[in-house]
Amino acid sequence: MSIDTDTARRVAKLARIKVEDDALPALAQEFSAILGFIEQLNEVDVDGVEPMTSVTPQRLYRRDDVVTDGGQQDRVLANAPDAREGFFAVPKVVE
Amino acid sequence: MSDLTKLTIAAARDALRKGEVTSVELTSACLTAIDAADTLNAFVHKTPEVAESQAKSADQRIQAGEAPDLCGIPLGIKDLFCTKGVASQAASRILEGFKPEYESTVTTQLFDAGAVMLGKLNMDEFAMGSSNETSVYGDAVNPWKVDDRQLTPGGSSGGSAAAVAADLCLGATGTDTGGSIRQPAAFTGITGIKPTYGRVSRWGVVAFASSLDQAGPMTKDVRDSAIMLQAMSGFDAKDSTSANIPVPDFEAALTGDIRGKVIGIPKEYRMDGMPAEIQKLWEDGTAMLRDAGAEVRDISLPHTKYALPAYYVIAPAEASSNLARYDGVRFGHRAKLDAGDGITEMYEKTRAEGFGAEVQRRVMVGTYVLSAGFYDAYYNRARRVRALIKRDFDQVFADGVDAILTPATPSAAFGLGEMKNADPIQMYLNDVFTVTVNLAGLPGISVPAGLDAKGLPLGLQLIGRPWEEGDLLNVAYALERSAGFNAKPAKWW
Repeated sequence: MSIDTDTARRVAKLARIKVEDDALPALAQEFSAILGFIEQLNEVDVDGVEPMTSVTPQRLYRRDDVVTDGGQQDRVLANAPDAREGFFAVPKVVE
Repeated sequence: MSDLTKLTIAAARDALRKGEVTSVELTSACLTAIDAADTLNAFVHKTPEVAESQAKSADQRIQAGEAPDLCGIPLGIKDLFCTKGVASQAASRILEGFKPEYESTVTTQLFDAGAVMLGKLNMDEFAMGSSNETSVYGDAVNPWKVDDRQLTPGGSSGGSAAAVAADLCLGATGTDTGGSIRQPAAFTGITGIKPTYGRVSRWGVVAFASSLDQAGPMTKDVRDSAIMLQAMSGFDAKDSTSANIPVPDFEAALTGDIRGKVIGIPKEYRMDGMPAEIQKLWEDGTAMLRDAGAEVRDISLPHTKYALPAYYVIAPAEASSNLARYDGVRFGHRAKLDAGDGITEMYEKTRAEGFGAEVQRRVMVGTYVLSAGFYDAYYNRARRVRALIKRDFDQVFADGVDAILTPATPSAAFGLGEMKNADPIQMYLNDVFTVTVNLAGLPGISVPAGLDAKGLPLGLQLIGRPWEEGDLLNVAYALERSAGFNAKPAKWW
């Protein structure tokens, strides 16, 4: 499958990664090569095979639904690029 | 004692018990070796203060008696592990300045056992790479050198491999999503094991592809891998995929007796264009196991060919989801914004600046295969093929095979920069023999088994039954004894 620059632009947008227009053709070409490689999977007969959800035959571990942690606002915010008054700060999001 | 840094973990453990050496002395020897090896770019955050303090406590504990095996042993920690108060960046610019407020379960267990952290080790960015060339810290360099070229130590655990091979530490942690412990171990002449999925907690290890990621030890020999894996393993309520089953004594499993064990040789691993040296190494390894009393059997794993393409759907898909958290809000890098930029521009600029080219590529491929209209055709199909790959292994194990022998890599270490202009898929082929093991959740170990014509190490891989790491380590131990690999890189750094 060949990926065009419009598709590359759309994927970059979905992934929230800024890609300059002049970099899109090379990116599209790389996607095409990788997806071409992946296309081999179409040769496999997967009729009646369920998609794997867990590689080991176990249910996800569940714990009791109780509070086990908390009350550490300072530590939660310690690595934030911008934290103010006990909150993460971001640019204005109101449209 | 001379050459303290060259000791194995087992030898150092015994010397510490006998009082022939202290952890402070061992640690200091390693710190000196690390400072003299900056050319290798293996240690990217050195933690001498942490190390010295841990070594002092370890010495007290050893003197008091009853100290665990790893007490006082100086280790390197891959940068992917979160270590409290110590930079943990996954070799990415996007985590620049990040100092976790918590400790990963693996490092917690190692430190509880008395291990000493020398520092954090170089790796491919977010563990995405096979040559340690995608790191924000620059390339790690293989201590093995046979001409004027600098060679890759492999990846993604390249710094761990280089550090152990160059005797900068006694052992190191690695992680393996598609071969990231086993391929670098093979490229540097050391031993590395990826345990069964669920054996080692993933909590506090920066996530790449959560259904494939497992941590494991990288060490100078098989016994050391057994000792270190023991300390890293076990149930952890903080990892929902952690297995709540007992951890056997791995070191006690090393008897060297493999009489009657059935070793499978999968015909699908005989790739077109495989170098004659790799073929010969594989045949030699087969003969060694036969001579040690194992029964060698030809087997078939028919879906092997589809493992890499399935991996390159599943791993990027999971990565695109896992790496969504790097948005410039809670930790790490945030791009400088222009007037009028909103939150979307903040995300897009932050991620463009913070992620390197390979990470961006994989996140976008993952985004594509998960996007509306393609989810079934790519992602669900890859998960079906994954089920078939696992079924191949289930079948041979049900037929009585105890372990499977394959080459670890399709070549010896290549030169840094040599793959720069290659198609990304050429680089992906490095993992052709290892990636099946992650997809099937099995334990796999790489054991150094010989040198190529130029004098570079080559490794063989053994694949075991799920949860049978003890048995697998024992077969590896028998192979190690027969191969008698004891070559070391000549010091040039």
